Amino acid sequence: MDKGKAVMGTGRRWAVDFSDQSTVPSSRDILDPPGFSRASPEQDDSATSRQKKDAEATWKLQKAWEVAQSPFKNLMMMGFMMWMAGNTVHLFSIGITFSALWQPLSALQSVGKIFEPFKDNKVELLMPKLVFLALNLGGLALGIWKLNTLGLLPTHASDWVSSLPPPQEVEHSGGGFAFH
Amino acid sequence: MAIRFYLILVVFLLSAIVSFSLYEDQVGLMDWHQRYIGKVKHAVFHTQKTGRKRVIVSTEENVVASLDLRHGEIFWRHVLGTNDAIDGVDIALGKYVITLSSEGSLLRAWNLPDGQMVWETSLHSAQHSKSLLSVPINLKVDKDYPILVFGGGYLHAVSPIDGEVLWKKDFTAEGFEVQRVLQPLESSIIYVLGFLHSSEAVVYQIDSKSGDVVAEKSMAFPGGFSGEISSVSNDKVVVLDSTRSILVAISFVDGGISFQKTHISDLVEDSGKAEILSPLLSNMLAVKVNKRTIFVRVGGEGKLELVDSLSDETAMSDSLPVADDQVAFASVHHEGSKIHLMVKLVDDLDTVLLRESIQMDQHRGRVHKVFINNYIKTDRSNGFRALIVMEDHSLLLLQQGAIVWSREEGLASVTDVTTAELPVEKDGVSVAQVEHTLVDWLKGHVLKLKGSLLLASPEDVVAIQEMRMKSSGRSKLTRDHNGFRKLFIALTRAGKLFALHTGDGSIVWSVLLNSPACARPSGISLYQWQVPHHHAMDENPSVLVVGRCGSDSSAPGVLSFVDVYTGKEISSSDIGHSVVQVMPLPFTDSTEQRLHLIADTNGHVHLYPKTSEALSIFQREFQNVYWYNVEADNGIIRGQGMKSTCSDETADEYCFTTRELWTVVFPSESEKIISTLTRKPNEVVHTQAKVSTDQDVLYKYVSRNLLFVATVSPKGAGEIGSVTPEESALVVYLIDTITGRILHRLSHQGCQGPVHAVFSENWVVYHYFNLRAHKYEVTVVEIYDQSRAENKNVWKLVLGKHNLTAPISSYSRPEMFTKSQSYFFPQSVKTIAVTSTAKGITSKQLLIGTIGDQILALDKRFVDPRRTLNPSQAEKEEGIIPLTDSLPIIPQSYITHALKVEGLRGIVTAPAKLESTTHVFAYGVDLFYTRLAPSKTYDSLTDDFSYALLLITIVALVAAIYITWVLSEKKELSEKWR
Repeated sequence: MDKGKAVMGTGRRWAVDFSDQSTVPSSRDILDPPGFSRASPEQDDSATSRQKKDAEATWKLQKAWEVAQSPFKNLMMMGFMMWMAGNTVHLFSIGITFSALWQPLSALQSVGKIFEPFKDNKVELLMPKLVFLALNLGGLALGIWKLNTLGLLPTHASDWVSSLPPPQEVEHSGGGFAFH
Repeated sequence: MAIRFYLILVVFLLSAIVSFSLYEDQVGLMDWHQRYIGKVKHAVFHTQKTGRKRVIVSTEENVVASLDLRHGEIFWRHVLGTNDAIDGVDIALGKYVITLSSEGSLLRAWNLPDGQMVWETSLHSAQHSKSLLSVPINLKVDKDYPILVFGGGYLHAVSPIDGEVLWKKDFTAEGFEVQRVLQPLESSIIYVLGFLHSSEAVVYQIDSKSGDVVAEKSMAFPGGFSGEISSVSNDKVVVLDSTRSILVAISFVDGGISFQKTHISDLVEDSGKAEILSPLLSNMLAVKVNKRTIFVRVGGEGKLELVDSLSDETAMSDSLPVADDQVAFASVHHEGSKIHLMVKLVDDLDTVLLRESIQMDQHRGRVHKVFINNYIKTDRSNGFRALIVMEDHSLLLLQQGAIVWSREEGLASVTDVTTAELPVEKDGVSVAQVEHTLVDWLKGHVLKLKGSLLLASPEDVVAIQEMRMKSSGRSKLTRDHNGFRKLFIALTRAGKLFALHTGDGSIVWSVLLNSPACARPSGISLYQWQVPHHHAMDENPSVLVVGRCGSDSSAPGVLSFVDVYTGKEISSSDIGHSVVQVMPLPFTDSTEQRLHLIADTNGHVHLYPKTSEALSIFQREFQNVYWYNVEADNGIIRGQGMKSTCSDETADEYCFTTRELWTVVFPSESEKIISTLTRKPNEVVHTQAKVSTDQDVLYKYVSRNLLFVATVSPKGAGEIGSVTPEESALVVYLIDTITGRILHRLSHQGCQGPVHAVFSENWVVYHYFNLRAHKYEVTVVEIYDQSRAENKNVWKLVLGKHNLTAPISSYSRPEMFTKSQSYFFPQSVKTIAVTSTAKGITSKQLLIGTIGDQILALDKRFVDPRRTLNPSQAEKEEGIIPLTDSLPIIPQSYITHALKVEGLRGIVTAPAKLESTTHVFAYGVDLFYTRLAPSKTYDSLTDDFSYALLLITIVALVAAIYITWVLSEKKELSEKWR
């Protein structure tokens, strides 16, 4: 049961043990239901289990790295799309830019959820996570850079003075031609 | 960021087809046009034949028009040029209207029914002289009497059929002034009476066929004559001597000339200087003596006798032949709020043919002129109709004791215009009204929907158009949310103030100015006196009318305050000093009354309103108020600062003296000031920065203290083409009016005025003539501030560590640079204005009043110094148009579409509350109003937007969503059961 739990904890939903249970007499004369095992974990073959676990961990790590590197492909594609979109403000370029900004942001928000399947006390997930974060931040930077090249970021002096009203004048004058 | 958004907007606008034209069914939705003729000088009735009864009038605005006598509508109208004043009008041959204009040098015949010009004859003119038109009354068609025209020193006989000059006679002798040209009926002799050196009467008898002088007689009169003359019969005239106290009857037919002197003091007691009144009465003359009008009958031997005496303020008509060889004339006088019209026989003043009393509006003033006409009633008696011209220039037709129609001709001579708000709508609309409008609203929208879905039948289309024309509350007398309903306050030459509603051009109120000092002050200019919008909300806004008693510049001034909501004159005061200039100050007191300074001829300035609060506000800014005078005759501009309070005993504490600070003297041998211009003081500028394509910032030099001055060589001040290109040069200056510093000078060699300019924000656009290219040119000058250009550090700007909004002084000597560019412009221009909006964000359009009396809207983008031959992609996106040598005139961009604003003199723009929209009001002889959106109405839906369609679409969408949801639920359920 505990084993089952442990297995479940590592990602398997359920398992049926069809090994022979006759060696362990039941406390009552009723046969144990199928799938029920009274065997304690101590009775497991610890060596094979550890081996299994190690294999699983390396597999998880590998998967985690794959996930971590996945934004790179995205990044390349985004770059290509941006290059295609050009530097003028229109519907297409704005759409591309906003999706380029949105994707890394949403990925960064759900970084815990994405790496949850690979969580294991034996698996070191910090590095893949950092790589994932870095790549996504790179994507975000690309998006912001694109936003800037489109001129939608207030990085110029003109963006800050364009709504400044003209200054007040200290002196006032009037006059002109005399009335006829 | 914001700029980028505007750029996107501009890109969108560019992608749309640039056109400001209207569709046919949009004409009259936002605009209105009113046709006027001006103050009537002469009127000739044409009522003999059956058919349309009409009156031909000529006016002081140089208009000749034919009016419908029944309704007062204009059948046809011709506006002659501003220098083509009409001297006489008459009907010849029963089918031609003959006009004499331009001091007797242009004679024209117009077809009576439709106003087509039949012929035009230019007459030889050698000198300035009185001009006389004498059209024979043609009783017999077979006899062809010529039209006799005297003008410019020559007497011409002109055939009325084709305008051919039959003969001409020279009267240009030194000192000889022709006074009368008389042709007795059925006679072939023309009498020309004139004065030689004002002391000798000369009569020429001229044969009307050949123009030869048959006889010449002269006789000296020792007393000398003074100009006015009255012909009383075919052989007699009466004239005043030079002392204006003796009436001299001159009879000149058959034999010699004879004088018959009569002292006016013999006719009336305590007589002063006399004046002969203009009406032509047979055997009688009207003389104004001592504020009374006396009628003097001229007897057979030139004997004069007094027959009647009337109080002053009596207007009289010429005499009119009525049945049985009798002659009648009309007189009108006032009594209280009524006017009395009397028609009497000339021979027998006791016989009153007609006596009518008519209630008259006080604000029309006195009667100035009367013209009468008779008609035969069904009972064979004589009926009379009278056309009267009032003091406010309005024209009324009186018949059978009532005003048949009236025309507000004062509006043909608008001199100044300002705007005013309407009152805010009060709460409490009745339920019934709402229901009514709701039903109407629904009906209207259903109709509109039909229209937009192209389902409407022709009747529906008519109904839609009608509905749009009188769309709900277009002419309501309350303020609306968008600020589309406003009042234009117009001051006319007659001294009358009109409030015109922007919705339909109706006159909301009108008031004739009064003054305690003089009977009728002449209005000079209009100012917004009190516009409550933060404080003093319970007070009504008011306008200030500055006027003066008399035409002289040293005449005492009059200030009138008029409530804008009610049109009542709140107060009118005689200010006891003359008015030379008025300066509205940018300060208001606690009741939002604007402070004004008024300069007089003594070089003092006076502060208004005269309250201690205003004085304390002014004292605070005392050192910062400056003054400048432009003396065009001397070529000097003087700048003055405030000095101290006046030291005279008579002056009060609101009077101040000035001291001269600077003068700009233009060399009189090479430059003459022809035009000066400043920015409109109430113009709103949104931003001080101009962003170019490469994100560079240029700082606009926006100052109210800039004066644009244009000078030309004195030789070139005349008409276009009167000088060679080498002799003429046009120089424009931008002068700071605080320090007198010349900020910019630009010289155009071989160019000439007249200069028409418009000054807005940091740019000036002016129009002049290029003599070398034989074309008109338009130049734009944009002024930028170089000293602010260092503000480029973004972080400083983000943190607000800059001095861009700190108040600036002209003494800080800002460095500036200008950009300018010139273009050819294919048309001659009468006036230029620029659109103005509430916040100054919307792009601007120049409104050019063309010589054809139309108004052309030209985008400011066309006069942009940054235009180049090949703009880059980015520049194109920004909206920079490739440079061309001339400015395009797109026929669709005439905002007056098919209409003409005859005699166009000025264009006024005022912002609506909605940022995209501006009011445009053009005045001349006609009035025209429209609403413009220079960048289209980006901030509101258009009037013809179909809300019903939107509503139906939304309802349909919601229904569709609900239905599909139900269907999908059902399907899902059935799939689960499978």
